[in-house]
Amino acid sequence: MSVPVLETRDLTIRFGGHVAVDAVSCAFRAGTLTAIVGPNGAGKTTYFNLISGQLAASAGAVLLDGEDITRLGAAGRATRGIGRAFQITNLFPNLTVIENVRLAVQARADNSRHLWSRWSRHVEWIARAERALEEVNLIDQRETIAAALPHGDKRKLEVAIMMALEPHVFMFDEPTAGMSVDEVPVILDLIHKLKAHGDKTILLVEHKMDVVRSLADRIIVLHNGQLVADGEPAAVIASPIVQEAYLGQAPGRKPEAAHG
Amino acid sequence: MLGSLLSDDLPRSRLLAAALVAIVAALALAPFLFPGAAAINTAAKICIFIVLVASYDLLIGYTGIVSFAHTMFFGIGAYGVGLGLYSFGATWPVLFVGLLVALVAGIALALLIGLMSLRVRAIFFAMITLAVASAFMILATQFSEFTGGEDGRSFKVPELLRPATKFLDAPVLGVDINGRLAAYYLVFASAAALFLLALRIVNSPFGRVLQAIRENDMRAEALGYRVVYFRTVATLIAAAMAVAAGALSALWLRYTGPDTTLSFAIMLDILLMVVIGGMGTMYGAVIGASLFILAQNYLQRLMGLAAEALAGVPVLPHLVHPDRWLLWLGVLFVLSVYYFPSGIVGRLRGRK
Repeated sequence: MSVPVLETRDLTIRFGGHVAVDAVSCAFRAGTLTAIVGPNGAGKTTYFNLISGQLAASAGAVLLDGEDITRLGAAGRATRGIGRAFQITNLFPNLTVIENVRLAVQARADNSRHLWSRWSRHVEWIARAERALEEVNLIDQRETIAAALPHGDKRKLEVAIMMALEPHVFMFDEPTAGMSVDEVPVILDLIHKLKAHGDKTILLVEHKMDVVRSLADRIIVLHNGQLVADGEPAAVIASPIVQEAYLGQAPGRKPEAAHG
Repeated sequence: MLGSLLSDDLPRSRLLAAALVAIVAALALAPFLFPGAAAINTAAKICIFIVLVASYDLLIGYTGIVSFAHTMFFGIGAYGVGLGLYSFGATWPVLFVGLLVALVAGIALALLIGLMSLRVRAIFFAMITLAVASAFMILATQFSEFTGGEDGRSFKVPELLRPATKFLDAPVLGVDINGRLAAYYLVFASAAALFLLALRIVNSPFGRVLQAIRENDMRAEALGYRVVYFRTVATLIAAAMAVAAGALSALWLRYTGPDTTLSFAIMLDILLMVVIGGMGTMYGAVIGASLFILAQNYLQRLMGLAAEALAGVPVLPHLVHPDRWLLWLGVLFVLSVYYFPSGIVGRLRGRK
């Protein structure tokens, strides 16, 4: 089999005595959307932070296209094609919506460090940023200051920033959290479209099981920092360990509510 | 043409545009409009401080780096040129070598501070710059054999810039066309060029990343920008510009000493000028420096006139006595921060 796009080997992080992510080994292949589920505090976001470089691993390795990137910082991993949309909205608050996205486009360009050319003359960056805003239905808010956006639009902007990076690996951390019901389809459509490309590697942390069912090709389950299940969505959801660790605790109720 | 000169960063407010045109015109024609040594000194000081404040705003307003070492770089420029001219004679080659040595020293020192401390939290960086700047000031005053100590050094400038050098026999519009005038226009033109350079840098792709880092450094890093690299380069550029401003100051004053370039009082003035003008706007440097230096130089005189006019009225003459000018400067500062928290330029642009 070919080399997986992304792989973690015994990836571990300890905070003092607490092991937040415990020797997680997992390979992610192109054209696959993997949903990562588990109760709150299971280490899903921490696992994401270890992959995209916000946190440095205590042990283990992260491989991108077979190359060890464990020692790279977040910037190095981003330029190699790992894109991240954060769970807690993480924008440039006092810049406009278009500028937030344009900065992501610029990051991909060779001349992103130019001191002498004028940013306003790089119209191709602006055009690409506008396309990303159109993809998430945010183009009408083009000139709004990011901090002034309603919550749902901030979530969309968060996703648009990642889309503008045009990464190989897309990491969505609860992209629809806190969105109103009528806003959610925009994001889900976008992920569906990404999947339709057939060659993207997509990781999705999501609590809403209906979303997971409709999108995931594969589900992995984290519990207390450990990988406890991995496989086809139907099989994983039905497995006793998942029923016990995560889904079984209150059928029909959202885990957020259960953990309040 | 105007767009490329101003790097597409137009004032975006009629009032601001008018104020900028007025300031630039007044500075360009200062020797002819405002005769007298005091007025021309004030105009030259404004030119020099516009560069100094603009370069500081590149750090604090655009990148979000708080440094207290900016006057140190100003001093390195002034001492580099000043001590060169003092020790090796008043010639142009000495002047340029002095500037070059100062630039290299300033950039090297900024690089050292940057690499040592830009990875740490902002507050530690501020403390380290404070420590280095204090150490530098002590060095400059203690090495008195070389630097002139507390007294500083007076020196001659190249012949072309000396007051005794006459270019025309007869005055034009009542102004002597001499070396002093040439020196003023050297300061004015250099300041204008340096300011436009700073304006271009903040409107470059690089400059936009600086703003992103100020807003959210962790997100900038996640987009693929190496934050330490950008912060370090911003620090180097700001240091180099401060060195250049220091060199201009030395040329104009024909003197360099701790009080005119290195003192923390000047650091505080720069900070106030940035805040009054508006952080994160290059035009704020022009407005802030002009207003502040005018107030510093003329408030006292204005109050003297007011006190005379109010003579005989109880209490009031004491309130506006020239000795209280610092009090009123303080009041003006508090009011301006209260009413224009984003600075004068921020306020003018916000209104649209």
